[in-house]
Amino acid sequence: MTVQELLDSKMFAIVNEGEDTAREITTVFCCDLLSIAMGRAPAGCAWVTVMGNINTLAVASLADASCIIMAEGAQLDEMAVKKANGQGITVMGTELPIFEAALNIYRKLPKQEKEAIV
Amino acid sequence: MNDAIVLKYQISPDDFTRAGEASSDVKGKLKQLGISPEAVRKVAIAMYEGEINMVIHANGGEIVVEITPAEIKMVLADVGPGIPDVEKAMKAGYSTAPDEVRNLGFGAGMGLPNMKKYTDDMKIETTIGVGTTITMLVKL
Repeated sequence: MTVQELLDSKMFAIVNEGEDTAREITTVFCCDLLSIAMGRAPAGCAWVTVMGNINTLAVASLADASCIIMAEGAQLDEMAVKKANGQGITVMGTELPIFEAALNIYRKLPKQEKEAIV
Repeated sequence: MNDAIVLKYQISPDDFTRAGEASSDVKGKLKQLGISPEAVRKVAIAMYEGEINMVIHANGGEIVVEITPAEIKMVLADVGPGIPDVEKAMKAGYSTAPDEVRNLGFGAGMGLPNMKKYTDDMKIETTIGVGTTITMLVKL
């Protein structure tokens, strides 16, 4: 599934539509601690978090996530929205808890339905 | 080497809104140069961690990035307080970051371990009260 397909699925509200939306989503990653996310977020992941400050955008960009999903109704602060705009990073939002939001994306990824994560 | 590209950045202290700008700029330039996405990601992560450390702990500093066909060298130099116990600081989870930094989602004690993990070589030179210079290499 590409970022564009996730945007089009209307699963989540669109906070900012970024530049590289044709990019394939490789996996889903959940973490709110930026220190951990920086070292562990896989390239191309859809990153589900409640941490919405400007540094979230920097981490997403540098760790090369494909998009960010703000869960639990968490909002990006104003500066972070500007940064998302400026850097062309796709950000979506949802009222769903992190696990449910991540699971919904995971179920849409190819060949991963019902597969256990080891 | 003759064909080295050298980039220099001044890192401002205590400015978390700008932390990452230097790393983002390097990332963009490496991409333009056609460096492999994997190497770009390694440099971006390692340099960002170093940049954040300089903002949190060291009153800012200077980062010099040298790009050659063989490798990317990052030298992060500060005139901060120095690291009293490098071995401890290298341990995942060990942190001396203040609460306001933790509230931003940092300060989990992963910075130096991440820098080591994402580079092929890392050297720390530190003197208490004088400063710290970290040299990192990513081979191409």
